[in-house]
Amino acid sequence: MITDITLGQFFPGQSVIHRLDPRTKILGAIFYIVIVFLAKNVFSFLLLVAFTLFLVLLSRISPKVVLKGLKPLIIIIVFTAILNLFGKKGETPLISFWIINIYPEGIRYAIMIIIRVVCMLAGTSVILSYTTSPTAITEGIERLLSPLAVLHLPVHDFAMMMTIALRFIPTLIDETDKIMKAQTARGVDFSSGSLIRRAKALIPILIPLLFSAFRHAKDLSIAMECRCYRAGKGMTHMTTHRFGLRDYLSALVMCAFCAAVVLLNKYAPGFSL
Amino acid sequence: MNNDPFIKIENLNFAYGSGDEMSRPILKNINLTVEKGSFVAVLGHNGSGKSTLAKLLNMIESPVSGKITIAGMDITDPEMTEEMMIEIRRKIGMVFQDPDDQLVATIVEEDVAFGPENLGIEPKEIRRRVDEALKTVGMEQYATHAPHQLSGGQKQRIAIAGIIAMMPECIIFDESTAMLDPTGRKDVMDTILRLNKEHGITVMTITHNMEEAVYADRVIVINEGEIVLDGTPKEVFGNVEKLHSFGLDVPQVTELFYELNLSKCRLPSDVLTEKEGADVIARMVL
Ligand SMILES: Nc1ncnc2c1ncn2[C@@H]1O[C@H](COP(=O)(O)OP(=O)(O)O)[C@@H](O)[C@H]1O
Ligand SMILES: [Mg+2]
Repeated sequence: MITDITLGQFFPGQSVIHRLDPRTKILGAIFYIVIVFLAKNVFSFLLLVAFTLFLVLLSRISPKVVLKGLKPLIIIIVFTAILNLFGKKGETPLISFWIINIYPEGIRYAIMIIIRVVCMLAGTSVILSYTTSPTAITEGIERLLSPLAVLHLPVHDFAMMMTIALRFIPTLIDETDKIMKAQTARGVDFSSGSLIRRAKALIPILIPLLFSAFRHAKDLSIAMECRCYRAGKGMTHMTTHRFGLRDYLSALVMCAFCAAVVLLNKYAPGFSL
Repeated sequence: MNNDPFIKIENLNFAYGSGDEMSRPILKNINLTVEKGSFVAVLGHNGSGKSTLAKLLNMIESPVSGKITIAGMDITDPEMTEEMMIEIRRKIGMVFQDPDDQLVATIVEEDVAFGPENLGIEPKEIRRRVDEALKTVGMEQYATHAPHQLSGGQKQRIAIAGIIAMMPECIIFDESTAMLDPTGRKDVMDTILRLNKEHGITVMTITHNMEEAVYADRVIVINEGEIVLDGTPKEVFGNVEKLHSFGLDVPQVTELFYELNLSKCRLPSDVLTEKEGADVIARMVL
C-alpha cells in the first residue's frame, strides 16, 4: 500500500525541455510559479492555461500522465476551492440558505484557485520534475548555489545529501512496510484506540526504522569510499550541462510570457477575477 | 611484473578499536598471496574476519602490524598519499551483500557513472565506460530505469557494473549473492565467472555457498582470524571433518559421499559437483 507512492517521477526523453540546462529549469520553475500568482483577470488566466498546455505539448509527456500526477492532490485542490467558495464574502449573495451564503466572488475565487493550483502543478512538473533526472536537479542546485562555496558553505555535501535522500526514500518506504507487517504479526495494533494510543503504536515502527537507516548510512558510506568518493574533490560529471542557445531562448519566452500576463492584467477589458 | 602476485599479505595482524579493545585480535598472522587473474573463494563462519580482511585490502581499515602489497605498491607504507589510496581503491573494487546500500543515484546509468566521476574521468570516456559496463553485466536495456524498480539480482549486477566502470584489476565480492533468490544468484554468479574468465579480472569471493566456492581455482578457509586451509577446491573439501569443526558445510555431493564412506562404502572424497558424482556412480553401477 504505502509502497505505491511513486517517487523519482522522471520520464527520460529527448524533448526541448529535457535538453535544457537543469539550472534554467529550476529558475524557470520558480519564475513560472511567480507568474501563476500574477495572473488576475480572465484574459491572463486564459493565457496561463494556454501556456501550460503549450509546455505540456513541448515536453512530449503524455497529458494523461500529467493528469494522473494531479490525482493525489485532488482532495487538497477541492478542499481549498470549497473553503474559498464559502469563505469569500461579497455584497449580494447568489445562493443563500440556512447559514450558508455563496457570493459570486466566492465562485470566482474558487475557480481561480483551481486554475492556479492545476497550472502550477502541471507546469512545474513538465518544466522540472518529469523532465529532469534527480541527479541533474541536484547538479543544478549545486551549481546555482556554488557562489556560496566561496563562503566555505558545504554546497557539494548538501547536494550529495539530497541525492542520497531521494535515492533512499523508496528503500525506507519498503522497509517501513516490512516493519509494520512484522509488528502487526507480533500483535501491535495500528488502527484502533485513541489518538494517543495510535501515536504510541508508532514507536515500534520508528525505532527499528531509525536503526535500519543508520545501518544503511554506515554501509553506504563504506561502499561510496570503495567507489573512490572523496567529497567531490576532482569530481567530473558524465552529463555536463552548459547554457546554450535554447536556454537563452527559453529565458526570453518566459520573460515574454510574464510581460504578456502583466499587460493583460492591466489593459484587458473588465472581467477581473 | 607478470609473476609478481597481485596481492601479497605478510604477517598481517588486525584488531578493531584502540587501547583495551585491541586485546581481541580479529586477524592473526595472515600470510597470503593472490596471483593476477586467479579466482579465490574465501570461506569461514560468521565473525571469522573475512569482511575485515577485505576492508584491509581496500584501505577502509589499516593493519596493526604486517605488510600488504597490491600490484607492487606497499599500502601499509605510512607515506601513502590520498592519490595512491584512490588508485588502490580503483584497482580493487568491492561488491557487498546488500545491493541497496551500494547504489547512490536514482537512475541506473548515473549510478554506474559514480565511480568514474569520482576519479575525474572526462565525460565522454565516462559515457563509453558506463555503456560498456552495463553491456558486460547484461543490463544495458535498464540504463534509464530507477534502481528500486529492479529485482535484487538486477540491482547487484548494477552494483557490479558500477565497479567495472572504474576498470579495476581485482574485484572482491563480500557475500554478494547471499540476499538473492536462486535466479538472481545464478545471474550474478555467471557475471562473476565471465569477468574472471573473459576479462581477466582477479576475483575474490567471500561466500557461504559451497556450490559457488567450487568454481574457484583456490579455496581459503579462515577460522577465528587465521587461515586454516588453503588449496584447490578438491583439496580443501576433502577435509570434511575439519570443515565441520569450523562450522562450515561442504558441497552436498561431497557430504553424501562422505557419509556413505562412513558406512563402509569406498567412494572418492574429492567429488564436488552433482555431475561428477553421477559419473562416479554410473561407472560403478554399469
Ligand atoms: N567496525 C567494527 N568494530 C568493532 N568490531 C567489529 C567491527 N566490524 C566487525 N567487528 C568484529 O570483527 C569480527 C569479524 O567480523 P567480520 O570481518 O565482519 O566477519 P565475517 O565477515 O567473517 O563474518 C566480528 O567479531 C565482529 O564482531
Ligand atoms: Mg562479513
